Amino acid sequence: MDLITLLQLLDSTLRLATPLLLACLAGLYSERAGIFDIGLEGKMLAAAFLSAGVAYVTGNVWLGLLAGIGASLLLSAIHGLASITFRGNQLISGVAINFLAAGLTVVIAQSWFAQGGRTPQLSGGARFNPVTLPGAEALRDVPVLGPIYYELISGHTIIVYLGLIVVPITAWVLFSTRFGLRLRAVGENPAAVDTAGVSVVGMRFAAVAICGVLCGIAGAYLATALQAGFTKDMSAGRGYIALAALIFAKWRPVYCLWACLLFGFLQAIALRSDLIERVLQFNIQSQLLDALPYILTVVILAGFVGRAVPPRAGGEPYVKER
Amino acid sequence: MDAMPKWAEVVLVPLISLLLAAILSALVILAIGESPWEALKLMVDGALGSTYGWGYTLYYATNFIFTGLAVAIAFHARMFNIGGEGQAVLGGLGVALVCLFIPFPHWSLALIASACGAALFGAAWAFIPAILQAKRGSHIVITTIMFNFIAAALLNYLLVGALKPAGSMEPATGRFPETTHLPSFQDMFSFGEATLFRGAPANISFFVALAACVALWALIWRTRLGYELRAFGHSESAARYAGISPTKIIVISMLISGGLAGMMAINNVQGEAERLVLNAVEGAGFIGIAVALMGRSHPFGVLLAALLFGFLYQGGAELALWTSIPRELIVVIQALVILFTGALDNMVRMPLENLFLMRRRPPGPDRKSTSAEGAR
Repeated sequence: MDLITLLQLLDSTLRLATPLLLACLAGLYSERAGIFDIGLEGKMLAAAFLSAGVAYVTGNVWLGLLAGIGASLLLSAIHGLASITFRGNQLISGVAINFLAAGLTVVIAQSWFAQGGRTPQLSGGARFNPVTLPGAEALRDVPVLGPIYYELISGHTIIVYLGLIVVPITAWVLFSTRFGLRLRAVGENPAAVDTAGVSVVGMRFAAVAICGVLCGIAGAYLATALQAGFTKDMSAGRGYIALAALIFAKWRPVYCLWACLLFGFLQAIALRSDLIERVLQFNIQSQLLDALPYILTVVILAGFVGRAVPPRAGGEPYVKER
Repeated sequence: MDAMPKWAEVVLVPLISLLLAAILSALVILAIGESPWEALKLMVDGALGSTYGWGYTLYYATNFIFTGLAVAIAFHARMFNIGGEGQAVLGGLGVALVCLFIPFPHWSLALIASACGAALFGAAWAFIPAILQAKRGSHIVITTIMFNFIAAALLNYLLVGALKPAGSMEPATGRFPETTHLPSFQDMFSFGEATLFRGAPANISFFVALAACVALWALIWRTRLGYELRAFGHSESAARYAGISPTKIIVISMLISGGLAGMMAINNVQGEAERLVLNAVEGAGFIGIAVALMGRSHPFGVLLAALLFGFLYQGGAELALWTSIPRELIVVIQALVILFTGALDNMVRMPLENLFLMRRRPPGPDRKSTSAEGAR
């Protein structure tokens, strides 16, 4: 395999890992605050739909992005209402949100655009277009480094870079700020936070809202950058893979990056089965590659390769007095 | 002390939740420019207006009874089995293997064998998450979600590879032999000239599902195992103190759950399709969650909720056929039912509880008289 093919592979790894990464970090905020969120999938899907719809109608992808974030936030609010205010079961609420998004997007898309539950194709300013980083053209002919810079690092949409920047920001917010300390504490021992005079409900809603924003960006990326428009069920299990990556990363931001890149890489090679055959001299079934993120997560969960310990108060509603 | 009388708990809360879900669904239909009333009339007509409609309603209901019972039994042990979908996929595989590779002289033997095969495969698929939960503490919700995807990939792999008949382009097994075909309602209930349930897929597995309801009721409330299961669900520490093994309860409840989810395959794979195709489960595993929540995890409640969802499914198909409302509207209704009966349960329950408490308290501002009333 030559350098260019490898770079192409890594390039699509990065593109495919971005929605996983954003959703994974979204889940990180929520779960670190003690709110399990298996509704990442639904939020992404809702955001993908509304961003594509609004981007198509207005022709402005940024308005689309905003609308996508709005849709995701709305679902986050439902999740917060159910699991924080009314102390319902967070898992069931997540399941409901996934179905709500899966159903509503198609129902609304059908009545809005009448194209069988899709939005029309997006083009031009209604999509996020690749950004060429400064100097990429000029440095293209430098051996080795030139192609790496031009093929791999430059030429992505702005959201890809945004996703990469969110990783250190998340690490900083969670581990070096007062807000982050409180957020983690709310997920481990909410009673202690409450005693310190910080509102558990407020912290948890804040975490769920951040989760909504990041999921919204991830969904908008799917429909306006990775693909050109919304199609039914286009999130295709990415929310669950992000959840898997979150466990794989043991709820740590920088590990999330590596886990998502790994799962993105698996998706990228699944698209290039010809490459596998050429390099390994035999064919790996694409179904195995599809299943690999899930299998790896089960292995991690089983504790055979290091233990994944979730935040202690995760999934439990906080009741002030018993 | 129970704040509400039992009838309110069992009937009123689910009913109000359902009503809220229905109102929101009606708003959705209004918002996309159709009439909710017309839609409802179409649904009732399409699902219940003919024996053909009933045949489909009961066919869907059969699937949902199995998956609903699967989620319900796990709920009793406070396990959330979200993997009914994957277990039903594997159940389908079990049915296909039994029907394709064992020659049966009669459908009744085939039904028994394939039911066992389906239950076995479904239970096996639930076993790994169960044992991981019991022994290693891996969260069962996450592992069962992962197993759904692994099951889908596995089936995909088998259907484009080993199980596909030579020369076929379609990812599906060959047709099952004639002797494994289950009698449909049309075969069973047509007398002389009158042909009822013509062409509808409902078949004898509906009665298997009814039997499963009764069996599960007996298991939960009339056996020692059922008692242990419920005790574990109410309080793990108390159950442990009483000498009940958590590992045993987790594994057994999940095995039963997986087996029931798998048994759905005798209806959709053996009864209807008569071969194994990709995506045969069509989300029934997830609908089981809504059905179990709606039915309050009681086998009889599950039966009623499954009938309701069977009606919604068949009615929704009719809607998609005659109006511009897509089938996905049913997914929205399903989501709302899960939301209101499951996650937002307290939103419905709290005001009701307050209402009942207010009614019970005798009039008068004096709190002392209340406690005196209670002591007498």
